Amino acid sequence: MKAAVLVFPGSNRERDIAYALELTSGVKPTLVWHADSELPAGTDLVVLPGGFSYGDYLRCGAIAARATIMDAVRRHAARGGLVLGVCNGFQILCEAGLLPGVLMRNAQLKFIARNVHLRVESSSTPFTRRYNAGAVIEVPVAHGEGNFIADAETLRRIEDEGRVLFRYCDASGAVTPAANINGATNAIAGIVSENRRVLGMMPHPENHVDPAIGSTDGRALFESLAEALQTA
Amino acid sequence: MKARVTVTLKTGVLDPQGKAIEGALKSLGIDGIGAVLQGKVFDLEIGDMDKAAAEAAVKAACEKLLANTVVENYRIELV
Repeated sequence: MKAAVLVFPGSNRERDIAYALELTSGVKPTLVWHADSELPAGTDLVVLPGGFSYGDYLRCGAIAARATIMDAVRRHAARGGLVLGVCNGFQILCEAGLLPGVLMRNAQLKFIARNVHLRVESSSTPFTRRYNAGAVIEVPVAHGEGNFIADAETLRRIEDEGRVLFRYCDASGAVTPAANINGATNAIAGIVSENRRVLGMMPHPENHVDPAIGSTDGRALFESLAEALQTA
Repeated sequence: MKARVTVTLKTGVLDPQGKAIEGALKSLGIDGIGAVLQGKVFDLEIGDMDKAAAEAAVKAACEKLLANTVVENYRIELV
């Protein structure tokens, strides 16, 4: 695995992502500054970490989506390269047009920072091959703008194509209105691109990789990536 | 020349901030105001160019950055 973790002004989860990647793959990722125009040669995974890039000015992720490095990320994605965006990274991917839809203000207008349950909807992606479809995992969220919406046609397409990878659910895996913490359409917490190589998700799997924290439910996502890239 | 760009949410997009403001107006006892939609206003200084070129430049700014046309509409006024 040769991973690049992007750093924008205001990113603050790049070290957590780097830790999770190194823990699961044994390889230290490279941190790449937003003003760079190229990814390191041979990069096979780009990660956009969480945080508050550019102070969430204009719209969350809007300015970062137009940063110089994002042209290189678009070329990487067009080649079929793997891209993971977590939290603010998901917002940036949507603003950059690499994933459909928008993350709007949470329906309850509150910043939500707590553990949530997610149902893993598919195991046939490079991000979830180490999970069983239908598995329920517990990972934290920390966001004020995670309310996923898209137009009706886009929603129908991503649902029909099985591109919703994670949904907010209760501990038993039931998708209920009470478990849909931010009001996201269809309780969507994470989606993949048409070729299933770009994932954006609001929750933070990188927080739950080390037994010292008390949960390792997010670890399989990084192990999936390490495995996918090893056998590629 | 100057341009004023007004960005608003498209009809049907949930606007929880507008709803909160609506509730606050009601609690202030200000009657007669129905739904509130919150938007953004940008005032742009335009360089030395004719009106058609200015319009094209501001439209490009709206499409590429100022508005997210998935959920937002924009209106341009040149003054």
